[in-house]
Amino acid sequence: MNFLALFDLSVLDTTVRLATPLLLACLAGLFSERAGIFDIGLEGKMLAAAFFSAAIAAITGSVWLGLLAGIGASLVLAGVHGLASITFRGNQLISGVAINFLAAGMTVLVAQDWFQQGGRTPSLLTGGRFEPITLPFAEALSTVPVFGPIYAELISGHSILVYVALLCVPGTWYILFRTRFGLRLRAVGENPAAVDTAGVSVVGLRFAAVAICGVLCGIAGAYLATALQAGFVKDMTAGRGFIALAALIFAKWRPWHALWATLLFGYLQAIALRPDIIEGALGFKVQVQLLDALPYILTVVILAGFVGKAIPPRAGGEPYVKER
Amino acid sequence: MDVMPKWAEVILVPLISLILAAILSALVILAIGEDPVAAVQLMVTGALGSTYGWGYTLYYATNFMFTGLAVAVAFHAGLFNIGGEGQAALGGLGVALVCLFIPWPHWTIAVLAAIIGSAVFGALWAAIPAYLQAKRGSHIVITTIMFNFIAAAVLNYMLVNILRPAGSMDPATARFPEAVHLPSLHDILGTFGIAFSRAAPANVSLLIAMVACVLVWLLIWRTPLGLEIRSYGKSQRAAKYAGIGAVRITMIAMLISGALAGMMAINNVMGEAERLVLNAVEGAGFIGIAVALMGRSHPFGVFLAAILFGFLYQGGAELALWTSIPRELIVVIQALVILFTGALDNMVRMPLERMFLALRAARAPKVDAAE
Repeated sequence: MNFLALFDLSVLDTTVRLATPLLLACLAGLFSERAGIFDIGLEGKMLAAAFFSAAIAAITGSVWLGLLAGIGASLVLAGVHGLASITFRGNQLISGVAINFLAAGMTVLVAQDWFQQGGRTPSLLTGGRFEPITLPFAEALSTVPVFGPIYAELISGHSILVYVALLCVPGTWYILFRTRFGLRLRAVGENPAAVDTAGVSVVGLRFAAVAICGVLCGIAGAYLATALQAGFVKDMTAGRGFIALAALIFAKWRPWHALWATLLFGYLQAIALRPDIIEGALGFKVQVQLLDALPYILTVVILAGFVGKAIPPRAGGEPYVKER
Repeated sequence: MDVMPKWAEVILVPLISLILAAILSALVILAIGEDPVAAVQLMVTGALGSTYGWGYTLYYATNFMFTGLAVAVAFHAGLFNIGGEGQAALGGLGVALVCLFIPWPHWTIAVLAAIIGSAVFGALWAAIPAYLQAKRGSHIVITTIMFNFIAAAVLNYMLVNILRPAGSMDPATARFPEAVHLPSLHDILGTFGIAFSRAAPANVSLLIAMVACVLVWLLIWRTPLGLEIRSYGKSQRAAKYAGIGAVRITMIAMLISGALAGMMAINNVMGEAERLVLNAVEGAGFIGIAVALMGRSHPFGVFLAAILFGFLYQGGAELALWTSIPRELIVVIQALVILFTGALDNMVRMPLERMFLALRAARAPKVDAAE
């Protein structure tokens, strides 16, 4: 038995790469839900962004244009969600469901029309993908014991979007807890009437939050299709939007906790790919299905309040109606 | 007093939403370089032009009636059950266990047992989220989503590790014995001398689904329990003052909802596949949401909307077969229906309400003059 094998550098490296889209989507949901807009359409926004980033990157050969297209597609869906849930005060959950289906259908439809490859994009070549970045001194330091391999393999050698995602964590914390905008954004999710009384636009703040959510989902989707993999395939988000939602509840709507939660769920995904390591470390076989289901089971346990109760923003899910 | 007359509420609003969804879908078809009129013609002939087409349309419609009723019952209690997919999957497990491990002498007895098995399994899968919502305040939408994924893992485990016959590579159960074979519409209509396609999968479950529609209508509008469910759904606080227990109604509504979703398995598992395969539900649980919204949560509306979606499903399959339009067009249409009849409901309703108010205001002075 070798427990340390569970934390093999290659597994941790995969953890970071698999946690990145979860983290971005989780922070996206955090902005939206902190402002009182439930968003179960993270999955759909990521999927749309994944397709359009891969498609534009394949056509133009520029991954940066792809990223922009992905963010644009995600923003359009975020706009639909804002229109439905803020302007027309519709049911935010139903709107999210609709967005997920819209993305699932449209991506395949457009992919088939543009590329005729059965709902996928052509494989992206160099230039169409975000390449791994070698951080300075990674080569030179790799011989240093302990720290060297960790720096060279685990910290260095990811695509730029991984570092962007990690920087988004302190960024989100700073915006939400150290700026006036963040204070108002959180207030609008707890007590929109108070914000309105103070003369600040509830609608404007909520739309801003939904837009930030759209941008972050766009980056998450682009990462999936242009960095983690080389191109778009049908339904490639594979429930990541919902795992991100689970992580958001797990983190109780807090940025740093979101990082730990998504790393945990990313680790579960990474270790599920290596059943040999689990068996070697624990001495018995763990069913893959159990590992697949674990993020969801953990979330239900957290939601049930048996391990520290998760209390969502108070005005979440309720459209704001001005009193007249 | 309601702003709009009842007919506008029940017919006009869903109809306008449907037309909006249809226009957008037509634009989508145009945008991918196909002819929407030809597409609709192909869908109509493919889905309704033969008894074979009808057989598939009604088969899909049967699935959607069960899942649509499931979502509708929860809606009446003010709960959004997004977990029909998982509940239907578990219902399939219930049907498979009943059919595989008990030697039934005749299908009539087997189908009763399968109804109970699927309903119990579906209801159990809804019971945990319902309990957590009622007792611990966990948001039922999130927990039912999580339970869909957990159900997928459970089914995967059961099929791969336990129920798969020895020597088979396919993650599926063995075929059910011949005795539990449900009569198809071909068999039923044949006894009355009506010719119906032998190949189509529509079966006796359609009649069970229609009975379920009637029973749900009776439950919601003709029983004290239905009144309690509806009052709880309209206003939880008012219901509380009326002495209606929140925990009780949440549990009962979700148990019924889960049981209905689970019963879909009689159609797709027992009636069509005659064995349990991976991913047997194929999204029907989610279509239930569109069907319930479209049908305004009324069992008769659900019945009509289910047939409409059955038509879309079979028509979409024909489109994918004969044109370059992929089946995913149906997913887009489904999304648009959910969007317009569900989330953007107020966009249609607000101008209509203004119109009816204006009409009433125009009529009002005459009444004053008469006094």
